[in-house]
Parts: sequence; C-alpha cells; structure tokens
Amino acid sequence: MYSFAYHCPASLADAKALLGRIEEARLLAGGQTLIPTLKQRLASPDAVIDLKGIGGLAAIERRGDALAIGALAKHAAVAASPVVRQAIPALAGLADGIGDPQVRNRGTLGGSIVNNDPAADYPAAVLGLGATVHTSERAIPADGFFTGLFETDLEPGEIVTSVSFPIPHRAAYVKFPNPASRYAMVGVFVAETSSGIRVAVTGAGPCVFRLAAAEQALARSFAPASLDGLRVDSQGLSSDIHAGAAYRAHLVAVMARRAVLQALG
Amino acid sequence: MTQDGIGAPLRRKEDRRFLTGRGRYVHDIVRPGQLYAVFLRSPHAHAEILGIDTRPALAGTGVVAVYTAADTAGKINGVPCAWGIAGKDGKPMKEPPHPPLALGKVRHVGDPVAMVVAESLAAARNAAELVQVSYKVLPAVTGVADAVKPGAPQLYDDVPGNLCCDWAVGDKAKTDAAFAKAHHVARLDLVNNRLVPNAMESRAALAEYEPATGDYTLYTSTQLPHVARVLLGVLMLGIPERKFRVVAPDVGGGFGSKQVVYAEEALVTWAAGQLERPVKWVAERSEAFLSDAQGRDHVTHAELALDKDGKFLGLRVATLANIGGYVSTFGPNIPTNLYGPLLAGAYTTPAIYCEVKVVFSNTVPTDAYRGAGRPEATYVLERIVDVAARDLGLDRVDIRRRNFIAKDAYPYQTPVMLQYDTGDHAATLARALDLSGWSGFAARRAGAASRGKLRGIGIVTYIEACGLAPSRIAQQLGARGGLFESANIRVNPSGDVSVFTGAHSHGQGHETVFAQLVGELLGVPSANVEVVHGDTARSPFGLGTYGSRSAAVGGAALFKAAGKIIDKGKKIAAALLEASEQDIEFKNGAFMVAGTDRAKSFVEIAGAAYTPPPSYPLETLEPGLEETAFYDPVNFTYPGGCHVAEVEIDPETGVTTLVAYTAVDDVGTVLNPMIVEGQVHGGVVQGVGQALCEDCVYDPESGQLLSGSFMDYCMPRADDLPVIVSATESTVSAHNPIGVKGCGETGTIASPATVMNAVVDALAAYGISHVDMPASPQRIWRAIQAAAPRAAAE
Ligand SMILES: Cc1cc2nc3c(=O)[nH]c(=O)nc-3n(C[C@H](O)[C@H](O)[C@H](O)COP(=O)(O)OP(=O)(O)OC[C@H]3O[C@@H](n4cnc5c(N)ncnc54)[C@H](O)[C@@H]3O)c2cc1C
Repeated sequence: MYSFAYHCPASLADAKALLGRIEEARLLAGGQTLIPTLKQRLASPDAVIDLKGIGGLAAIERRGDALAIGALAKHAAVAASPVVRQAIPALAGLADGIGDPQVRNRGTLGGSIVNNDPAADYPAAVLGLGATVHTSERAIPADGFFTGLFETDLEPGEIVTSVSFPIPHRAAYVKFPNPASRYAMVGVFVAETSSGIRVAVTGAGPCVFRLAAAEQALARSFAPASLDGLRVDSQGLSSDIHAGAAYRAHLVAVMARRAVLQALG
Repeated sequence: MTQDGIGAPLRRKEDRRFLTGRGRYVHDIVRPGQLYAVFLRSPHAHAEILGIDTRPALAGTGVVAVYTAADTAGKINGVPCAWGIAGKDGKPMKEPPHPPLALGKVRHVGDPVAMVVAESLAAARNAAELVQVSYKVLPAVTGVADAVKPGAPQLYDDVPGNLCCDWAVGDKAKTDAAFAKAHHVARLDLVNNRLVPNAMESRAALAEYEPATGDYTLYTSTQLPHVARVLLGVLMLGIPERKFRVVAPDVGGGFGSKQVVYAEEALVTWAAGQLERPVKWVAERSEAFLSDAQGRDHVTHAELALDKDGKFLGLRVATLANIGGYVSTFGPNIPTNLYGPLLAGAYTTPAIYCEVKVVFSNTVPTDAYRGAGRPEATYVLERIVDVAARDLGLDRVDIRRRNFIAKDAYPYQTPVMLQYDTGDHAATLARALDLSGWSGFAARRAGAASRGKLRGIGIVTYIEACGLAPSRIAQQLGARGGLFESANIRVNPSGDVSVFTGAHSHGQGHETVFAQLVGELLGVPSANVEVVHGDTARSPFGLGTYGSRSAAVGGAALFKAAGKIIDKGKKIAAALLEASEQDIEFKNGAFMVAGTDRAKSFVEIAGAAYTPPPSYPLETLEPGLEETAFYDPVNFTYPGGCHVAEVEIDPETGVTTLVAYTAVDDVGTVLNPMIVEGQVHGGVVQGVGQALCEDCVYDPESGQLLSGSFMDYCMPRADDLPVIVSATESTVSAHNPIGVKGCGETGTIASPATVMNAVVDALAAYGISHVDMPASPQRIWRAIQAAAPRAAAE
C-alpha cells in the first residue's frame, strides 16, 4: 500500500465536494476490491473517501412494484432481508452465494456493480431484472450501465446511491462457480418481468450481457425445454485456465436451463 | 501402563495455543531495532541480467542497504543440495551452482534478484520498486516434455538437454524378458500435475547478530533446524555451528516445502551480520507461489505385463521429472530414490525397471511435497492396475488380491531395492471393502443414475516407505549426511521430565505424542512430560521432520533414551534398596526388587539422583538423571493399506463430487488414535486436492505462473469433502523398537489414485480409460465430449 489521505464525509454533498477537490480520489465502500488493490500497489490514489459515514445509503425497502436497495447494503444484509426474500428470492439467493461470510459482511451492492468485475454476480441481477441505478446525478437503466470490462457508464465523481429492482413474476439465478475463486465462471439470471423475459449472463464474457436467443425462446414458452438445442456462440467469450470459450458457451446453456427450472420450482 | 500413555486418544496439548491465537510464529517475533527485508524477484522466466542499478533505491527514505549478487558473490556460497544422486552410467547428477541472488541470469519467475533492507516494510517495498534491472529476455521452457526436446531453450550452458540426471532402478534385462512372455501388456500415459505447497504460514526468517560475541540467531520457519544450521551456516555463510543458533518456533505447516533450505534464510542472516541489526523477512502469499519449492510434475509412460490369469509379470516405467530452475535441497532425490523403489507396491511383480530423466526447466524448483515420490509411484501403479483389470475383464479387487504379497511372505524383498518387514494386505482390503460398503455399490450407482449422475467407485491397495532412513542405505543412495534421530531425556529433580527431540513438529502433534510415549515408558503421566523441539541450542543434533519419520526414528530414539534412564534408575534403586542391580525390575513406574514388595518410585529415584542420600554410591555412579540417545533405523518402515473413494459426476457440467471416502491403514503401533485419524484426514484431503482441483500452471510461452494466487489455484475446501471414514488395521513394524510405521503421508500417497480410479470408473460407460489430474470440470467435460461421439458410434 502506498500512503494516502483518508476522508469520511458525513453527507453525499461533502463526498462530492471532496471528489471535486481531490485529483486522484477513490471511493471506499466495503473495500473488498479496493483494499486488496491498494495492498498490491495496483492503485495509488491521493485520497480514499469512505462512504460509510453517509446516512441512509444502506436501506432496503419495497417501493411499489420495485425493491430499492441502497448502494451500501451489504451482501449479507440483502441475503437475510425478509423484504428481499419475499419480493425477489432469486436476488437474496444471489447475494447469499457471493464469496464467503467475511466478504458478504463487508462487500456492498454499489461496490460490486461499480467495479463491474466480469465474474461478479450482482451485475447479472441488475441486468436480468432491468433495474435502474440511481446515482448522485441521475438514474441509469441497467441496459446502459455496464459498458465493458470493469467499466460502467458512471462519470468521474458520480456516486451510486441505490439500485431499484422491478419485482419480477418469477426469477432465478444459477451460478457455476470458478473452482478456485468461486466467483461466477458462468452465472445466468433469468426473469419473467412485466416488460418481458430477460436473461443476463455474467462470468462468461468480458462484461455481463443479455442472451437474446434465450429470451426469445422463453418468450414463446417459459419452460426449460424451450432452451433445448440452445447453442451459445463461443465467439467473444472468455477463456482462461479453468474454462475455454467453448466450455463457457456450453455452461451458459446449461445454467440458463437450470435457472428456468429453478424459477418454475 | 499410564492412562494417557501409548494408544490413548489424548487431545493435542498444542492446540490450545493454536486455537486461541497464541501460537508464536516467526512473524510474531519482534526484535529491538529490527529491519525489514524485501526481495525483488524476476518477472521473467528466463533472462540474462544485463545490469542492475541500485542507486535510486538506496536513495529512498529509510533504506539501509540494497544487495545484489555483486555484493554477495564470494561472501555467500551457493544454496547447497543435501542429496546428490547418480545416473545410470554411475556419473553424478549435474549440479550447477545456485547463487543466493541471481547471478548473470534468472531461471524462473520469482528468482530473487536483489534484497532491499529498510527501516520499515513500506520503505523496503518502495525501494524495491526503484531497483532498476535490465534484462535480455530469453526463450523459456516450463513443461518437462518440452524441456527435453531437441532445440529447447537451455537453462545452463554445461547441462545439455536440460538433463540433470538420467537415473534408473531395477533389472532391465529381466523386465524385458518378462514382457517377452506376457499374455497381455497394459499401457498408460499419465501426467502427475505440479502442486503448490501452500502451508498456512508463509515462509519467514528473522536473523540477529550479536557483535559482542559474534553469535548469530536465526528464527526461521523450517522443518529441520539442525540441518538448516549446517547448510546455511557452515556451507553457505561460513558460520560455525557454535556461533549459530537456529530456532524454528511454531511453524504453520511445511508439507516438505520447509525441509528445503532457501536463499532468503542465508541472505537475511548475512545481512544481519553486515548491518549489525536484526533483519526480518516474511513472504507474502504471492511470493510463496513464486518461491516455495513445488511438488510432483511428472510425465510418465508405464507398461504392465500380465499372464493370462492376471498375475503381474513385469512393470516398466519411464518418467520425465521436472525439478525446475535449480537443484533444490532434496530435489533430485524425490523423483528417483523415493519413487522408483516404490513401484513394487503391495504386489509380487517379479521384475521392475524404472527410468527417470530428471530435468531442469524455467519453473520454481520442485522438492519434497507430502508423500514425496511415493504418491507419484502409487498413482502410476494403482492406475495401471485398473487399466489392466479393465483390459482383461478382471474385477479390480480380484486382480489386486491375486497379486498381493501374502502376509506370511513377509519379510519380502522387492525387485527394486526395498525390503518390506510386515504387512497384511488381505486384512486392510477386507476391512475397507466392509467399511465402504463396496458390495452395495451397484444400488448407489443406480440411484445416482436416476438423478442424472455418473457414480464411480475406486480402490487402491498400497504400501509405502517412510521413516527416513537408515543412514548407510541413504548414503549409498546419495544422502550427504546421516538420517538418524536424536533424543535427550532430562528427568528433573522433582521427577517431572523434559524431552528434547531433534525432530520438529509443524502440525504433527509431537508435544502430545512424544509426551505420551515417554510417559508410558517411564511410568509418569504425560502431562508431566514437556517436549522441546525446534531449537539448536536446546535439542541435540537431529535431522528434523519429513518423510513420516518422527515416530519411527525420533520415537525410537526416545525409546532408546528412556531405556538408558531406566538402566541408570535401576542402578540407583539397587543402591538405595541394598539389592543387586540384576534383581531390580522397572514396572508400573516403580523400581522394585523382584519378588518382593520393596520398591522406589520413579519420583524417589529422580530425587535421589539429584540429592544423593548417603547410600548413593557417588564413587561409582554419577549423580543426575539425564540421557541422550541417537537412533539410526535398521530399515525404512512400510505403512500400507486400502482406500476406497466414491464420486459422482454431473455429465452435463463435468463437475466431480467426492461423495464417500474410506481409508484403512496399517500404520504399525498407534501411539494416539486421534492424531493418526487427524493425520490421515489431512493427508487424504491433500491428495484429493491434487486429484480434483489443485494445478500449478505455467504459461508455456512466457513461463509466467498462471495459477499464482488463490483466485486461480484451487485448494480443496471443507464443503468439497464428505465425511472421511478412517480405521487402522495394523501389523507391528519389525524395523523399530516401538513398532510404529508412520501415518503422516499415507493419506496423500493413496488418495490421488483412489479418487482418480473412481473418476475413471464413473466414466467407464464412455469408454474412457484414463483422465489426468486434476479432474477439473472442464477436463471431465472435454473427456466426455471427446468420448461421447465415439461411444455413440459403438
Ligand atoms: C475473497 C473474495 C471473494 C469474492 N467473491 C465474490 C463472488 O463470488 N461474487 C461476486 O460477485 N463478488 C465477489 N467478491 C467481490 C465482493 O463481493 C464485492 O462486491 C466487491 O469486492 C466490491 O464491493 P465493495 O463494497 O467491497 O467495494 P469497494 O472495494 O469498496 O469498491 C470497489 C470499487 O467501487 C467503487 N465504489 C464503491 N462504492 C461506490 C459507490 N457507491 N459509488 C461509486 N463508486 C463506488 C470504489 O471506488 C472502487 O473503485 C469477492 C471478493 C473477495 C475479496
């Protein structure tokens, strides 16, 4: 770790002011990605701005047909929340499958989606449910939020405050964990929503993406059999020592089918 | 017999401090004024060092020194090898120098290039980033099969073909003759995957120098403090033993990786002397991946000749063994002496010939890793036995039974050097079949099939050699030192007992087991026996702990020392009881005149030894009650047994789940069944890790370590495992006075082959006859993909 200044503002306005004033500042949420990055000396910010002093950013509540979850809500809190478990059990289950208890009790929704790790779980839910990301500046629809490998639509200085998840008719998330890291090697989120079927895939490529072929097939009939014969193109999928692109493509189809089965379960 | 003596399932004394965070590891030791060392390591697998500029680093705040090979050349000798082997032609292995800091060339990613010493860790790290090394990158070779190809990049100018040694064991002509008359020859090509040891405590070293006396003290996470003192002090640094104390305090796991002596330990010691201040270094986890000696890494072709009844006639094995960029402390010995002679296994195969090419490559050096050579041998043998059974349509249990060395054929001379003492393979087999429910497997397979899963069962019957080692045999095989063990028993004036052993515990539980053993022998409660280890200033010279040797060799040394204590006690008792020495019996913790009720308790004798009463014959008998013994074993010990594993494979994803595991082992006398069970569990899991998930992968082009962190190197976890059923079915070893064989590595030796036999059995329907380790989801899926069209066509 290189040395840096530490700030813990008490309001969003103060945090924004600090971000405006300090050239190289990084926001700190659960620190599960940022702290290892700093320890490995892969980043050397002048300042770290801790969001934990800002009130109200960890709330979880139902607002009409949607679930609003604060950016600082921890994975463990989402997993255990009766509101989430009742409204979108697939989302609670997803949060419960992230990392280990230590990680789940530190890591946050906001940190996860802002980091947009290609193997992270939350992006699949955000995209799969067609959620809206609320920031200090605006509201960003999920389809425009995740823009590439570790990249999002956020502008410098923009702070994610919450995510609003429309409550689906039914949904499921099935993850094939990387054997070593247990991040998603392939994770598929399937949802039947009032605006249609959505299928989002994480882990398989450089960035979470929707699987149009599966969505169309499921729109005809929301049943596992609709995905029989679904061939996922391995072009553009990731390849590493654990899984080549062809294997990932195969797993996407298998996980999609299992997710539909689970959603119907 | 004491309540808590031999055979009692006593809880480990040491666990209280470990579980409450009070263990004291090197990292926990803080010396006044200590400096911090950081090593700058090569980012390249193979490169020439064109120049190093340390000036910018030296100018950094808090930087005390920056050393490179230019500073240490001529001052620190190369890292030595403790076991030199000889090739088929009788010539010694190639042993190129291993400078502590890379000199002229780097040979693997992680090779240390410079050492920075600073007032704080942060300052040392900052400065390390400022050291400027210019490299000329050379082509690298990491795979052993590639390294022996013509035209492969050469690590050393004077080691043609990267060949360190071309070694063989067995009778080639006799084996060829056996193959000539074979009814069938089973063939198998396999890879034994490279592993990263991953002890929970990373390596660490803290050295101090006392200018007033010229004394050095090194606290280091080692398995063999006395050996380290000789290799580091005498051979590398020129510090005589009397001026060098090596302390291995609590050590958080070694698995062989800490029986290696490392450059960092010598460099830290040397720097402490140069700077006259304590210097501390603690490896980071990512550094451990790049610098702890790794394990396994073989490519093997094996052939088994059988007659028409499935009797083994001959075994032929050719192995390429990757020893990495340098000759490590025991590196070349592992894939040769600890491998080839194990290929007889539990069977009567009359002719065996094994050739091993020991090969350099641009990877981290390999050395002992739990089991060290024997898991590799067991894997070859037990896999090819299954292949042969399938080829001939024989039952896998049956083919093993037909070839067992019968209980009454022991002692048994194998065709590959070893002479086994005792064993009962039929007994361990029968017990394992029973405990694993072998005969009910078909129903479990059908049940799995109804859930869409492929279920397989695997069996291994093994024998291994441990209890290293008879010094004379070891020296004939190239050991550059003895392999005995030492013990000192000090009976204190009040009758409690301090035990000093040359063995070292880094997870084995010596503080408990040795106390039980000595307590039993001397008739005192084990709670009154304190075991001291890991400090050259306190224990007599001993060889340390590895190769499941502590009980068989260290325990036998304790037995010998205890015998001397009793002998002296008898003399004292005879005087006090006015009897003749021959009439004194030691029984139930008391010295008694045979056939009478006249007796002196152990405590009374201890008291008399230090406070001699008038009847004590000081003219002829020294006061005090303390004895030292050195025990050199007559032979290795040979644990054996039978393991059974069951797996379920999801054919859609390739995921293998281990659903049942049974281990029945013949470990000889069981000193503490709870500790044996713990050792077996840990060993099994370590082998399961190799079979199902662990894989050290280098990029074949760049030589970069692709599995360089736990994000990519997959360790087995608790939720990957079923309940492990374990039992012992022992025959007593004839090779040491306490009858123990060893239990530290049996699990790791048997489990990779057991699990893989189950995996291959699960895939039998696809006509798959072998898959390499680890049976990762992708590998299994690919095997099924490749076989499915074939299976469908048939
Ligand atoms: C051992 C381990 C295992 C893990 N396993 C998984 C897994 O299986 N699946 C998975 O999905 N994830 C996994 N993670 C990631 C973890 O779940 C966290 O979600 C992730 O590390 C980021 O969340 P955080 O709150 O810790 O963010 P931080 O590390 O604090 O921040 C991450 C990045 O986001 C920025 N940021 C944080 N909050 C905001 C905000 N509100 N607005 C704008 N920018 C912000 C930070 O500046 C930083 O750049 C794992 C992590 C670890 C350490």
